[in-house]
Amino acid sequence: MPPTIEATGLRKRFGKTAALDGLDLVAEPGQVLAVLGPNGAGKTTFVRTVATLLRPDGGELRVAGHNVRRQPAAVRRVIGLAGQSAAVEPAMTGRENLHLVARLFGQDTRTAKANSAKVLAQLGLTDAADRLVRTYSGGMRRKLDLGASLVGSPRLLLLDEPTTGLDPRSRIELWDAIRGLVATGTDVLLTTQYLDEADHLASRIVIIDHGRTIAAGTPSELKQRAGRNVIEVHVRDQTDLPRVAAALAALDHGEAQVEEATRRVSVAVEAGTDRLRQALGSLDAAGASVDDIALRPPTLDEVFLALTGQALEQAPDNAAGHPAA
Amino acid sequence: MAIVAAPTQRSATLATSTLGIAKRGLLKYLRTPQLVVLGTIQGALFLLIFRYVFGGAIGAGGLDYVDFLVPGFITTGILFSGMGAAAGVAEDLQQGLVDRLRSLPIPRSAVLAGRALADTAVLVWGLLITAGIGFAVGFRLHGSLTDALAAFGLLVVFGFAFEWLFLTLGLFAGTPQAAQGLALLVFPLTFVSSAYVPVETMPGWMQGFAEHQPVTVMVDAVRVLTQGPAAEALLGHGAHFYVVRALAWSAAILAVFVPLAVARYRRG
Repeated sequence: MPPTIEATGLRKRFGKTAALDGLDLVAEPGQVLAVLGPNGAGKTTFVRTVATLLRPDGGELRVAGHNVRRQPAAVRRVIGLAGQSAAVEPAMTGRENLHLVARLFGQDTRTAKANSAKVLAQLGLTDAADRLVRTYSGGMRRKLDLGASLVGSPRLLLLDEPTTGLDPRSRIELWDAIRGLVATGTDVLLTTQYLDEADHLASRIVIIDHGRTIAAGTPSELKQRAGRNVIEVHVRDQTDLPRVAAALAALDHGEAQVEEATRRVSVAVEAGTDRLRQALGSLDAAGASVDDIALRPPTLDEVFLALTGQALEQAPDNAAGHPAA
Repeated sequence: MAIVAAPTQRSATLATSTLGIAKRGLLKYLRTPQLVVLGTIQGALFLLIFRYVFGGAIGAGGLDYVDFLVPGFITTGILFSGMGAAAGVAEDLQQGLVDRLRSLPIPRSAVLAGRALADTAVLVWGLLITAGIGFAVGFRLHGSLTDALAAFGLLVVFGFAFEWLFLTLGLFAGTPQAAQGLALLVFPLTFVSSAYVPVETMPGWMQGFAEHQPVTVMVDAVRVLTQGPAAEALLGHGAHFYVVRALAWSAAILAVFVPLAVARYRRG
């Protein structure tokens, strides 16, 4: 069986900007692949290229063995796309929306009807199925949009930032829905700015930036390289910063990041709460006065820093929009 | 995939996909009461204003002003509803619906064809309403019933042709607001025509444009077909003259804007 997605030296320019700048990526069958990267890294361009909405300028891209440039119709038969906005018709019911897409996939009326009902049930939308979509909440619309990408029984599901703009609760519901699909064996390509999203859903993560792959691996591989968790300490007195940094750095032989402006020190540590306990002890021993201490998963910019030695340009933006960070 | 029965390798045919997309367009219209009610009321109001407020001051040769006005009013109504079509397609583009449709295994022409079909159906509905109001305020047919039906058929053809112009505008505009802005070109086309006043009453330089643009020809075709000899006398030519030219304009509009819209749609 050919790889689900195989990109080699993929290029796409918009004017002077190279959105994809020689991207290499392989997704094997049976995988949920997360493409992780900051805003403007080329994630959406990549998904749109896989979905045959954009033609690459150079390089090669095969989807289930079909060349996107020469066999776009064959590619469209194996994919289901859910973009960044909920592309469903507000003036139709949930059921009508799915039925229409199923019909457009070439299913006869009976099959379309049965598949719509199944997908609605699977996403927990059966009760709302016969209501107009304009009465749905944002989370329900996204779910229905996901359903629309499913109802044609695609081999590969393309999800472009599926939870962007959702409140934390809808986000978790959508994660559950996506995990449910994965359990049924659909291949998924999803893009996200959030490490925890990739971690929750994906069996493999590819980190891209400036249109190029900069790291790839399983979530645990990447997190091991990036440090599994982060201890963050808010220091009361600026003069304590070096002492705190030294105490934290000693925990896991890691390098402590000091932010003078916000009087914050952070360090990557191994999993579990043991390290947090140790940190409290060594801070006490160092005699530093601490405002606040927390154990949290690494943010995308910390992963970046660990993997590339380079800070993300718009790292603060990425972290700020992240409800779980 | 396990959750869904009978995975298909087939693609939907052009007819199935066009009709499916047309159905969506119709449902959207029918289930948005603002569109139906406001559109109808607005049309009726303007017809009444022209008929009773301006009408008394406008001479229309040998025709009653109401008989002169209604063919023009119905024809230009096509263009005014086209503004909505341009905004509609731009909205679909912006909200990602067009992306979804372009990622489906359907003929790419189906999306635009379905849209054009639905919008034209909505237009026919509007034509019937406007004609009904026209008859209520004194409009009468002075030609044969066959000619009147031919006029109706012509209006549907114009509507379909102009729909492609508006689809193209909407696709190029990108946002509904920009589409509304571009669609303002409707005003010179409708007002600088024979729709509401005889062209001879305009300044000379304006007559040049008014006489040679498609709306005038289409309005006059409908006028001659519905008003018979009196309109022929006023306008100077018979039905054949106007109908042939109106159809030629429709064909020309289609020949330019169908390929443009399809090319723009394909490019994404």
